[in-house]
Amino acid sequence: MAYTDKTRGMYSEILTGLKDAGLFKVERYIHSAQAADIEVEFPEGASLKKVINICANNYLGLSSHPEVVKAAHAGLDSHGYGMSSVRFICGTQDIHKKLEKMVTEFLGTEDTILFPSCMDANAGVFEAVLTKDDVMISDRLVHASIIDGIRLCSAMHDTFKHSDMEHLEEKLQLHSDKRLKMVITDGVFSMDGDTAKLDKMAELCEKYDALLFVDESHSSGFIGKTGRGTHEKCGVMHKMDIITTTFGKGLGGASGGCVSGRKELVEMCRQKARPYLFSNTIAPPVVAGVIKVLEILSASTDRRDKLEKNTEFWRKGLIDAGIIIKDGDTPIVPVMLFNAKLSQDFSRDLYAEGIYAIGFFFPVVPQGQARIRTQISAGHEIHHLEKALDAFKKVGKKYEILGKTKQEIIERYGM
Amino acid sequence: MEDMKEIVRTYVVKEYVEDDTEIGFDTPLISGGIVDSFSMVSLKRFLENKYNISIPDDKATPEAFDSVNKICVLVNEYVK
Repeated sequence: MAYTDKTRGMYSEILTGLKDAGLFKVERYIHSAQAADIEVEFPEGASLKKVINICANNYLGLSSHPEVVKAAHAGLDSHGYGMSSVRFICGTQDIHKKLEKMVTEFLGTEDTILFPSCMDANAGVFEAVLTKDDVMISDRLVHASIIDGIRLCSAMHDTFKHSDMEHLEEKLQLHSDKRLKMVITDGVFSMDGDTAKLDKMAELCEKYDALLFVDESHSSGFIGKTGRGTHEKCGVMHKMDIITTTFGKGLGGASGGCVSGRKELVEMCRQKARPYLFSNTIAPPVVAGVIKVLEILSASTDRRDKLEKNTEFWRKGLIDAGIIIKDGDTPIVPVMLFNAKLSQDFSRDLYAEGIYAIGFFFPVVPQGQARIRTQISAGHEIHHLEKALDAFKKVGKKYEILGKTKQEIIERYGM
Repeated sequence: MEDMKEIVRTYVVKEYVEDDTEIGFDTPLISGGIVDSFSMVSLKRFLENKYNISIPDDKATPEAFDSVNKICVLVNEYVK
């Protein structure tokens, strides 16, 4: 047997090290459907506790929406459970093509290709369209899946300081000799909840003849007046060369992702992107569910409008309570605690009050920027948010952070 | 050489340091987590443009770029 006691011991030591460093992730078991009100078993074996969920990516409250569930059931009945194939062998159904066309129309692009996840889309897109003669210039806070995709690509890679347009311009000048330059950013940044300056970026890309890539995973469905994304909000709807996004967050929350953009670039992905070529197609019931989600969102902006109102209520409530949050207007609202242990203690106490929210700390966020990331949903009603605010005030009072400055919190708890 | 050290240090501070971290000539840049390996590219390109040289990729290692002093030793190998 190759898995010797010595090997087992080596891994046990690594895992113990993670526990000792407070970096060991423990999952909480949810016994209900994903929603604002959920039933959770935590720790393992404990009796179920009803809590309000404010840490899901369920921005539009569609994860368990009856019409979406019904559509997925119908898709299961009409198109089956799975395809047992990648797309190019025998894994493409009429509904896959229908969804690709709907996404193209929704995002205002030229063409779309589905991937098993947006992680896969980001892992595959760069190596499919760029070569060693090109350069990728990315914001320093892009999502981990983009970083992995960049690592898999032979093109040169450089970075610019987060949202710093002067620095980006310097980098575009520095790399002016490259065959292709691609500027890469998130639309909404997942940990800080701030929005990319896509209008300025589009201007710079035009000036320096560069391609513009944006990951809209935390934007699609609700950012912009009709929810098309950051490019709509910034007034550059048709200037994106590549958009990647997920169906695992606002757009139904199940799984799947896509690359949408210039038709030649999409076709390059269809021919060359390895996660597309060597991984199963999205399962039919999920495809049917996402089609229904896009129908709902194309017919009315009610859900994104409600999310916007809920977000305003939540941000104002926290600020009025004297809690420090990151600036912005998106439903990602980080409550800043700065100290890692404080973020964990705060999260534990919120849970005791019936509020499910997770503390994040280094290395997920920079050292000294520990936080509770709250995420608001159109599935929340005001009474959910009021209860959550009461809990934040109660726990905040316990730890004496209400009305305190960043400096005062750091002086008391350390970085 | 002293001029070059100041030029490199100034570039490193401007490009990579976003707080009040002091950078000395021997401060470990990559092993110290100040410059990540992704961002080395711009430093290499800056040096090549500034001194009109070409540093082979296999010489532009994290070890060779780990301090201002080490960078200047490397650059001087290629400056005519």
